[in-house]
Amino acid sequence: MTILDRRPRFARTAPGGGTPTRRGPRRSPRPAPDLVAAVLVLVFFAVALAAPSALAPRDPFALDLVNALRPPSAEHWFGTDESGRDLYTRIVHGARQSLLIGVGATVLSLAIALVLGSLAALAGRFVAGTVNRVVEVLFAFPTLLLALLLVAVLGPSAWTQVVAVGVGTAPGYARMIRGQILSARNSGYVEAAVALGHPRGWILRTHVLPNAIRPLVAVFALSVGQSIVWASSLSFLGLGVAPPAPEWGALLDAGKIYVTQAWWLTVLPGLVIVLLALATTTIGKHIQSALEKGEK
Amino acid sequence: MTEVLVPDRSAHATQRPAHRRERDAAAAPLLSVRGLSVGFRRNGVVRPVVHDLSFDLPAGHCVAIVGESGSGKSVTARALVGLAGEGAVLSAERLTLGDVDLTAVPERRWRAIRGRRVGFILQDALVSLDPLRPVGREIEEALRLHGWGSRPERHRKVLDLLDSVGVPDPGLRARQRPGELSGGLRQRALIASALALDPELILADEPTTALDVTVQAQVLELLGQRKRQGASVVLISHDLSVVAHLADSVLVMKGGHIVESGPADEVLRNPRHEYTRRLLKAVPGAATRGRRLSPDAPPSVPSSAARSAERFAGLDGPVLEARNLVKRFRAPDGSRSTAVDGVSFRLERGTTLGIVGESGSGKSTTARIALALESPDAGEVTLLGQPWSAVPESRRRALRGRISVVYQDPLSSFDPRWNTERILLDAVSAEYYPDARARRGRVLELLEQVGLGEEVLPRFPLTLSGGQRQRVAIARALASSPSVLVLDEAVSALDVSVQAQILDLLVVLQRELGLSYLFISHDLGVIHHLSDTVLVMKDGVVVERGDAVRILTAPEHPYTRQLVRSLRTLEQS
Repeated sequence: MTILDRRPRFARTAPGGGTPTRRGPRRSPRPAPDLVAAVLVLVFFAVALAAPSALAPRDPFALDLVNALRPPSAEHWFGTDESGRDLYTRIVHGARQSLLIGVGATVLSLAIALVLGSLAALAGRFVAGTVNRVVEVLFAFPTLLLALLLVAVLGPSAWTQVVAVGVGTAPGYARMIRGQILSARNSGYVEAAVALGHPRGWILRTHVLPNAIRPLVAVFALSVGQSIVWASSLSFLGLGVAPPAPEWGALLDAGKIYVTQAWWLTVLPGLVIVLLALATTTIGKHIQSALEKGEK
Repeated sequence: MTEVLVPDRSAHATQRPAHRRERDAAAAPLLSVRGLSVGFRRNGVVRPVVHDLSFDLPAGHCVAIVGESGSGKSVTARALVGLAGEGAVLSAERLTLGDVDLTAVPERRWRAIRGRRVGFILQDALVSLDPLRPVGREIEEALRLHGWGSRPERHRKVLDLLDSVGVPDPGLRARQRPGELSGGLRQRALIASALALDPELILADEPTTALDVTVQAQVLELLGQRKRQGASVVLISHDLSVVAHLADSVLVMKGGHIVESGPADEVLRNPRHEYTRRLLKAVPGAATRGRRLSPDAPPSVPSSAARSAERFAGLDGPVLEARNLVKRFRAPDGSRSTAVDGVSFRLERGTTLGIVGESGSGKSTTARIALALESPDAGEVTLLGQPWSAVPESRRRALRGRISVVYQDPLSSFDPRWNTERILLDAVSAEYYPDARARRGRVLELLEQVGLGEEVLPRFPLTLSGGQRQRVAIARALASSPSVLVLDEAVSALDVSVQAQILDLLVVLQRELGLSYLFISHDLGVIHHLSDTVLVMKDGVVVERGDAVRILTAPEHPYTRQLVRSLRTLEQS
């Protein structure tokens, strides 16, 4: 006999609302709205990357000094810069550079991290110890400082940015991968595989590495957003692509002297960076929770 | 937050004028529950987990709620203190503690009730205590929050409390963090904090489940003492011997319903309901040797006779023999501790050797050395008369299939990416079954042996029940047709009726396949049920060995006597 269904929930029927009813976590079959939004944003940027002219048919470099520093309007959605160039067009055309730097830096970073992390976890005592100390020393440098050092050595360019951000963020991921491999190696299923008589190399390939690398899918998505922010920071400091190129960080850098007269030159590119970072982070978060749900 | 549904709340409040409360309290029970139902809201639908529960608990009495996992017993306990959890929907005709209507208590007033009037003891002290705070501070905090005494007074009270729960050297222990204390001391510290303000009602949710038998007896004694001093106890447990020790009355729960209730003596000695009878019969112990524990017939085991014969060809003598094993570990502070010290044993073919001991006694390390997952610092293990621990892994590999293992927690021993089919196919030796169809046939044969159907093959262990998982683990262990099965606390995490089925299965498998078991457990009852010979370990040393019946009826070593005595008091009370 259940009385649960017959009775009104008094929190809801209370006059005037009172405190809102809090519910348990909701598991709807439809995807979460934040995920849908994030995917839409990424699709937009993917188009901007592949065919920027489809979204912004104007020339990102066309000067129009008469219409310089115009605020956002129907004609110039995001306003114009000090040379009268359309900011919206420049942002869309800048997507390719920014995204490629973000993705490239992430791929490089994870590749370095995978090699260092695996060595630190699995190599012999001497090699593992050495790699660990090197990673620890690199880890002690702030990411941006490490990136700045590399730019100083290699000279500013888009490729330098990829390398600088990739190497700068690698030590953290290397530590993470090392931890993942170590915990997979000490797991019950690896011990069970040893007890079944499987050879060491086979266990490493079939159990340890796949289980250690699985969480990296989520990390990858999270990391792209962060790398774009790092790359934009470098451009903002004037250490990225050369000024006329429409890269987002460079746009911010160029706009900063006009920040009192033309807010849109800094605020709008800044928001775009935030939006993209937010979108990749959201997707990363969802991948992560989907993976965790599968594990528990 | 918990939603509370009370239709007649206002009527209830007016029914009890203030001047009548005193008289009511003298006659009325301390805790009165009528028609308590608890459900959880999911996707807007309420899924009920406790149905229409009613009981009265007079002061100085103990009611035990008994049931297996999923019976709703823990949810009930939590609902009584307003902690049923996120999304819980609670309704009751009456739910009163003394003169307080618990359905009408707002969250802020709960804090004054929990701790002061109701003490809540949880199962796992390690997660219930703040790992960064000395336990003395934790207990003092409970006193301070309720405005108890001045600082020096509180300090004295903390030491008194720790002393009263049997913590030796309370001055030192109060300054230690939970991680520095043993499981038993931690549980006692947690109990001390729950009892700090002399609550009238003690809710104990599996208070002794994580503890060794000797500590368990002490904790039960402590709760019994509080009860005699006038506190009421709601005891949640799956362990009938614990219940027998403490409870005055018993509620047996199954699937959220009470199936039987009554005085403890009556329910435990003359159970009326079929389910209670099954539960009682499923408890392994001295009296159950050679008898089936579960009414469900174990699967008939198709014998792989050919390989059985081949296994023992030309072998005469113990299947597994250990001589003077020593294993030392380096502690984090650099000191060396000896986990296993001079352990020797012989496991004869087709028999069971039980190793019993409390946590930290070295029994699991011994098992790992027997499996050659750990190398001994001294001593040697031979498997089927051949060198085992002393040879490199490459030479051991050929013999690996002759010995296999089942762990306490099967889930962690399966790769989370693999489903049951892949787990079993992986375990079936490619040597014996070179052809894919033969391998699949062998997998089906293994499933049949452990009493599982083909339908579990595509499922992931995560989605299987605890009993099914353990069966898959046993099937995997049997895949290579081993001679020796190491069972490391293999039934300790299971519900009593599932444990009964698995124990029955192990008995049948041993008989049909001629297996030898190295059975490791802290549970004397299980050891007694299954073992032919027993090894009693304490602090890495074997303190007593011999025939199982002899050891458990006429123990010689003082420690064994203490173990057996704590088991007996549980059985007899």
